[in-house]
Amino acid sequence: MSDHSLKVSDLTVSYQRIPALHHVEFSTRCGQCMALIGPNGAGKTTLLKTLAGLLKPESGRVEFHGRRVTRGTKDFAYLPQRENIDWDFPLTVRGLVEMGRYLRVGWAGRFSKSDDNAVDRAIAEMELEGFEDRQISALSGGQQQRAFLARSLAQEAHVFLLDEPFTGLDQPTTDALSATLKRLAADGKLILASHHDLATVPSLFSEVLLLNGELIVAGKTSDVFTEANIARAYSAAVFAGRKHPHHHTHELAH
Amino acid sequence: MNWLTEPFAHEFMRRAAFGCALIGFLNGFLGAFIVLRRLALMADALSHSLLPGLALGVLVFGLAPTGLFAGALAAALIVAIGSQLISRNSRVKEDTSIAILYTMAFSAGVILLNKVKSPVSLHHYLFGNILGLSNSDLWMNYGIALVTIPLVVALQRPLLVALFEPSVAKSQGIHVAWLNYLLMSLLVVTMISSLQAVGVALALGLLIAPAATIYLLSDSATAMFWGGGILGALGSCMGLLISYWLNAETGPCIVLLLGVFFLAAYLLSPRYGMVLKLLRRKHFHEESLERWKEG
Repeated sequence: MSDHSLKVSDLTVSYQRIPALHHVEFSTRCGQCMALIGPNGAGKTTLLKTLAGLLKPESGRVEFHGRRVTRGTKDFAYLPQRENIDWDFPLTVRGLVEMGRYLRVGWAGRFSKSDDNAVDRAIAEMELEGFEDRQISALSGGQQQRAFLARSLAQEAHVFLLDEPFTGLDQPTTDALSATLKRLAADGKLILASHHDLATVPSLFSEVLLLNGELIVAGKTSDVFTEANIARAYSAAVFAGRKHPHHHTHELAH
Repeated sequence: MNWLTEPFAHEFMRRAAFGCALIGFLNGFLGAFIVLRRLALMADALSHSLLPGLALGVLVFGLAPTGLFAGALAAALIVAIGSQLISRNSRVKEDTSIAILYTMAFSAGVILLNKVKSPVSLHHYLFGNILGLSNSDLWMNYGIALVTIPLVVALQRPLLVALFEPSVAKSQGIHVAWLNYLLMSLLVVTMISSLQAVGVALALGLLIAPAATIYLLSDSATAMFWGGGILGALGSCMGLLISYWLNAETGPCIVLLLGVFFLAAYLLSPRYGMVLKLLRRKHFHEESLERWKEG
């Protein structure tokens, strides 16, 4: 069952029994660049974290290539928001990218030639040659993003889960990162990124998922990124909660 | 060279030097994780909470190292778990709850140790007594080093990932909470070993200063814990010698010297030192202005 798809069905995630995501269902395929769009508190980060295995869903399932996703999978790579990273950590670019191999090498295993090669390849692909020994704070914003992407590449991940990757980048860096992500998608990766700048969505993403506690709509950007759908996602009244038998409350979480 | 070899003619100095090297290495090694995880205050609290446990250990078991060990461990655990419970179940934050509990424990320890008829004075528990190191103390320290260092080396990768990005570590199936508990337990055990050298009141300095010094000199986490260990061992032995020459107390000499190392790195580090920062050009503007003139 290798149909290169990510399928999410009936996903409900709660924080202390207050759901932040309600019965989310969508599917997409490798090779896409999908934006997660919605107001603050819509559950974008929650969805990313759940897919990454950081949060345990209350119900529902996530399938990749027809198989249920478990925690610790090598196929998924999660990149936290920039402000959640300790940039002063004693870590070089190469050290960071090597972290991507840990899942494959194991916690004590030695790096083989092929592991070193994978690290070299990831660094080359993200155009970071010559920066290997730089400490991670001594890079530009775009290089920092690419260094983290290189780690995911070294992991040989197929699904890249990015939390607000374009936040705080200037125009040329945004363009460069966009080109990089499109290249990764063209190589058969699936990119899922939360995003808040509506104006840039059509140029950056091939697919859109509109979210507001529940799924508004998901699909090709040209099909679903319409004024009507955006208005539905951003109107506070949208989620009333359909009647359904459940033990959780329906207050919106932040 | 007589001035250097003469101190080691004494048996107690040789033994103390062994102890210093071992304890200094162990503390400097583990210190890297405390610095990176920003747990310095937590470590300070834990070291102070060891005191009532030591007192009870003396009361129940006499001066046997195992008794002291068990008492100190229990006291530190009660403070650590108690502060977690209070901060989770009330609006009081963790730093507040731990501050209250550890000062309570410390006070109880001071009162108890004065009441208990102990052959070792309170002063030695507070500031260390490396010259009184017994064989069984040395064996206990070897034991602690033998457990702690291989364990940390074996778990180096998951520890690093968990320190750097706890959320990513979790997504990779690492049990971050368990690693934290383990780190805390190793910390307490290491602190117990450092009591003999620098005492409850100064333990934090021996733990933090070497790793913090390397942090200013290097961009490698591996260098931080091995370098911290070596610097801790060297600094402790040098501190011991200085205290012999000056006829001063050993614990404070060690901590003071390690602090001087840190300040030197702060000022003179080739990468992150203040002196170099001041010497460097203030602004790229001057450089670009020159280039512009040339062009």
